[in-house]
Amino acid sequence: MSQIVIVGLNHKTAPVEVRERLAFPADTIGHALREAVAAEGVSEGVILSTCNRVEVCALAEDGRRGAEAVERFLSSFHGMPPETFSPHLYRLAGDDAVRHLFRVASSLDSMVLGEPQILGQVKDAYAWACDHKAIGPVLDKFFTKAFSVAKRVRTETRVANSAVSVSYAAVELAKKILGNLSDNTVMLIGAGEMCELAARHLLSAGARGLLVTNRTFERAVRLASDFDGTPVRFEDLSVHLKRADIVISSTGSPRFVLTRADIEEVLRVRKNRPMFFIDMAVPRDIDPDANEVANVYVYDIDDLNNVIVTNLEERQREAEKADGIVAAEVQAFRRWLDAQQVTPTIVSLRRKFEEIRESEVGKALSALGDADPRTRKVVESLASAIVNKALHSPIASLKRESDGRGPADKIAVVREIFDLPEEGGGAPAEGGGDGK
Amino acid sequence: MQIALLKATALFYLVGTVLYLHFIVKLSDRSARLGRMFLLIGAILHAAGFAARYAEAGYLPITSLFESLSFFALATVCVFLAFEVRYGLRVMGAFVAPVVLCFGVLSALLPGEVRPLPPVLDSWWMPVHVLLLFAGYAVFAVAFGAAIMYLLMEREVKGKRLGVLFRRLPSLDVLDAVNSHCLKIGFPLLTLGIITGSIWASYAWGSYWSWDPKEVWSLGTWLLYAALLHGRLTAGWRGRRAAILAIVGFGTVLFTFLGVNLLLPGLHSYANMGG
Repeated sequence: MSQIVIVGLNHKTAPVEVRERLAFPADTIGHALREAVAAEGVSEGVILSTCNRVEVCALAEDGRRGAEAVERFLSSFHGMPPETFSPHLYRLAGDDAVRHLFRVASSLDSMVLGEPQILGQVKDAYAWACDHKAIGPVLDKFFTKAFSVAKRVRTETRVANSAVSVSYAAVELAKKILGNLSDNTVMLIGAGEMCELAARHLLSAGARGLLVTNRTFERAVRLASDFDGTPVRFEDLSVHLKRADIVISSTGSPRFVLTRADIEEVLRVRKNRPMFFIDMAVPRDIDPDANEVANVYVYDIDDLNNVIVTNLEERQREAEKADGIVAAEVQAFRRWLDAQQVTPTIVSLRRKFEEIRESEVGKALSALGDADPRTRKVVESLASAIVNKALHSPIASLKRESDGRGPADKIAVVREIFDLPEEGGGAPAEGGGDGK
Repeated sequence: MQIALLKATALFYLVGTVLYLHFIVKLSDRSARLGRMFLLIGAILHAAGFAARYAEAGYLPITSLFESLSFFALATVCVFLAFEVRYGLRVMGAFVAPVVLCFGVLSALLPGEVRPLPPVLDSWWMPVHVLLLFAGYAVFAVAFGAAIMYLLMEREVKGKRLGVLFRRLPSLDVLDAVNSHCLKIGFPLLTLGIITGSIWASYAWGSYWSWDPKEVWSLGTWLLYAALLHGRLTAGWRGRRAAILAIVGFGTVLFTFLGVNLLLPGLHSYANMGG
C-alpha cells in the first residue's frame, strides 16, 4: 500500500558542507525528478532544495523500502557514498512526513521561525514537479494542502508578524511613532549596508523622500542617485536636519555626530514634530541621552537587536499555536488519504458481488421459466438486498478511521478473504474532499 | 418605563466594554465588531429612553444628576463611535468604553424619578447651554482616552521594551492627532456652552457672572483647554505634554460637573444627589 515518504536533511541535522553537496541546482531538477520517480517502488516525487534544506518527497509502495530507494537515488545522483551523508538524513513516512511538510511550508521548521521565503520555495518545488510530470494525484493534493495549512498558520497565528531583522524592526518602530510615513522624510548620515537597507525598507513602506549626507560629498551624491534622493553636504547637516523625521546614522566618527543639544535645537525649530533616530554606528553617532528629549526617540543597534530578540520569543510562543493547527490538518489529511486507498477495494468488492448477483439471478430466473413479472421482481430485489446487507459491514469497516497505520492491513485482509483481483492502476479518484 | 430603559443601557455598555477589553487582549476582530454593536444598540435605546422621558417630563431632561450622568454617557458613546469610524481606532474602545460604563453605572445607581422642573431652569436657554457643554465634555472624554493611550505607548517606545501594548496600540502620531482633533471640536463647544450659560444667567439671575463655584471651575477648565489649544497652535505643544494636559483637563471637567455639585454649594446646586 503506498505511503508518503520524505527523506532529507536541513540546517539542524547537517552542516553546510554536506547540504551544499546534496543540493540540486535549478538546472538539474528536471533530470533529478525523472531519475527519482524511476526508482523502484516510487510513483510520485517532489524535490525541495534550498540553502537550508534538501528534501525528496515521494509516494512509495512501501515506506521503508521507498526511503531506501530515495537514499540510493541521492547517492547515485550526486556521486556521493551513502555513509558520507546518511547519518544526517531524516527518513519520515506517513503522518510524520505529512506533519513535516506542513511545518516546513508554514515556516515552523525554518532557521528564522516564520520567515516568508520558504513557502515560495516549496511552491517552486511543486511547480517543477508538475512541469516534469513527476507529481501524481496524491502528492498534488498533499502539496496543495500544505499551502493552505501555511496560509492558515499565517493568518491565525502571529508567527510571522513581528519584525526579526534590524531594518524591519526600524520600519516597524518608525510606523508606530510617525504613523503611515507618507509625509515623512528620511535622512541617511554616512553609509553602510544595514542603514541603506533600512532606508530602502522605509521608502518602500511609504516614506516620502530621502536626504543623503556623507563626509565625502561624492559618495553622498552617488548614494542619493541610487535611491532617487537628495544629496546634502555634511557641513550643511544642521541646516537640513530639521527636514528629516527619521534619521539613520552610520558614520565612522569617534564622537557623537549629533549631541543632545543639537537635537534639542532642531526640535525647537521643528516645533516639536517628533523625530526618530536610528543609530547604527559603533561607536555611536547620536547621543543616547537625546532619547529623553520630548518627541525624540533614539534607538541604537543594541536597542534594535533587543527588539528582535523579543519578537523572536513571541514567534516561538506563536509557533506552539501553529503546531496545534498543523496537528489538526495532519489528521484531516490522513482521513483523505485513507479514503483514497480504500476506494479501489470497495469498488472491486462491489463489482465482485454484483457479478455474483447477476449470474445467480440469471440462473434462478431461467430455472423458473416463464415467471410472471412480479415473481421476477421479487427474485431480483431479494438478490440485491442480500448483496447490500452482506456488504454493509465490510465496507463500513474499511471506511472507519484507522489508528494511524493506515488502512493497508484491513485492505489486505478484505482482498484476501474475498479473493479480489490485484487492482490495476489503483489511482485514487480525483476530487475527493477531506474526510471522505 | 423610560427610567428602566435608561438604566438598562448600562448593561449594554458593560457588555460592550467587556468585548472591547477582550478585543485588546485577544485581538479578536469579532469582539471588536460585537463591542461596537453593543455600544451602538445601547446608544439607540438610550436615545429612545431620553425621548420617552422628554415626552413624559415636558422639558429636556438633563437637569438632575441622574439625567446628566446618563446623558454624559450617551454623548460620550456617540462621540467615541464617530471617532472610531473616522480614525479606525478600535483599540480606543478599550479605553473609552470603561469611562462610558462608569457614567452609566453611576447614573443607574441614582433615583430616576421625573421631578417638576424648578422655575429657574424653565427657559429655552437651558437645553442649548447644557447640550453644548455635554457635547464638549464627551469630546474631552474621548481625548482623555486617547491621551492615556498616548502615554502608555510613549512609555513603551521610549523605554525600548516593546511589549503587548506596543503591538496593539495605534501610532503615537494618530493618538496625538486625535488629541488635537478633539481639542479643536471640544474647545469651541465648551466656549459656546459657557457663553450661552452666561447669557441665560443674566436673564435668570440678573447677572452674567456671579463667581458661583461652578462658574469658577468652568472658567478654570476653559483656561486650561485654551492654554493647551494655544500651545498646540503656536508653541508646538504636542505629544506627551498635550496628553497630560488632556488628562488634567478631563479631571477638571469631571470636577466641574460632579465635584462642584456634590461638594461646593452654589447657584448651580439644583443638580445635586437628590435631584
